[in-house]
Amino acid sequence: MSIVNVTDETFEHEVLQSGLPVVVDIWATWCGPCKAIAPVLEDLAAEFSGRVKIVKVDADANPATVSAAGVTSIPTLGFYRAGERVDVLIGAHPRPVIAAKIKDLLS
Amino acid sequence: MSIQEVELVIVGSGPAGYTAAVYAARAGLAPVVLAGSVTAGGALMTTTEVENFPGFIDGIQGPDLMDAMRAQAERFGARIINDDAVSIDLQGAVKTIKTGNGEAYAARAVVLAMGSEYRKLGLPEEDRLSGHGISWCATCDGFFFREKQIAVVGGGDSAMEEALFLTRFASKVTIVHRRDEFRASKVMVDRVLADSKIEVAWNSEVAEILGEEQADGLRLKNTVDGSERVLDVTGAFIAIGHDPRSALVAEQVATDSDGYVKVEHPSTRTSLPGVFAAGDLVDHTYRQAITAAGTGCAAAQDAQQFLSSLIPSEQRSDLVLESAI
Repeated sequence: MSIVNVTDETFEHEVLQSGLPVVVDIWATWCGPCKAIAPVLEDLAAEFSGRVKIVKVDADANPATVSAAGVTSIPTLGFYRAGERVDVLIGAHPRPVIAAKIKDLLS
Repeated sequence: MSIQEVELVIVGSGPAGYTAAVYAARAGLAPVVLAGSVTAGGALMTTTEVENFPGFIDGIQGPDLMDAMRAQAERFGARIINDDAVSIDLQGAVKTIKTGNGEAYAARAVVLAMGSEYRKLGLPEEDRLSGHGISWCATCDGFFFREKQIAVVGGGDSAMEEALFLTRFASKVTIVHRRDEFRASKVMVDRVLADSKIEVAWNSEVAEILGEEQADGLRLKNTVDGSERVLDVTGAFIAIGHDPRSALVAEQVATDSDGYVKVEHPSTRTSLPGVFAAGDLVDHTYRQAITAAGTGCAAAQDAQQFLSSLIPSEQRSDLVLESAI
């Protein structure tokens, strides 16, 4: 499953009302570490396809989502289950760390 | 796990690692570069304008410089892999390096160029508030402090650069520095002191980051008279220096008391044969892109000379056979 772009308008539907657990990647075009983790997330989206939904939120264009999440550092990954954020990972972490967080989300 | 046998593995992908890769690739060594799964390009990937790398009259963006170095190394046959070294065994004639994705490489020569990582303040509340107002990356996070008052902690070129960059967003930037003068270069200090949005808290160190969920101030202690005051800021960017990323090798090669890998200057030879080190992993004095690139070049040449001085194992067994006959 490819990564969907989510906006302030679609966040409620795509994330909070999602039937699957969701990983939300808050990123921006000017953020180097965000670019660095992008291919890792693409890879993980394929690996966990059908079990977890991975979405991206462009911080520049979606201030409401950014401020509701209390984000002051990116990349920030939010892990959502049944409409609630259950975990957060701030900064660019190696693939095994992100994968472990996704497995936690599924358990 | 299958082990790939190669001539040379370079661990790290900053100016030292990529320059070593350019030289080693041009020497026909087809080096494998373990560039990091999310850290490829090294520290310059989170900087903006690099004004002092020779050859760029108008400066160059840090990420652009690193992308160009990477492409240059690949052009000559370096294999650059976005994966992390998770264990490095440097003992013996053949060194083995395992990666986060479960690959393993064996090589008779290794260039260590893992660089350095941001130094923390060492305060108990620091981890809790990291990403909640406390940041190490102005280019990533400055955007979130629009029209806010923020602090930059440090007194070197990195701190000056961050402070100047952050004036694009913040209403006021206060540089917190523990001494009464900056270590940074004159051109940067002059720019900082001339900027109307920047103030300096001299002779001050951070005693505590205030705030529960989100940082909302710094308690500063005066390093001369011990007095304390609260600096009212919603965020702080920490730029107090770096520590070498030598944890994977510190038990194997000689390091100094701060963890920097020791080399036999002016060569890049470490205490183990076939193991060379370059860049910020070694250098606690200059720590520039150009000096890292310089030592990366030297490490590739040292590694090449080392490899050519070895008698290939096939020939060695031939010799044994011949002498047996």
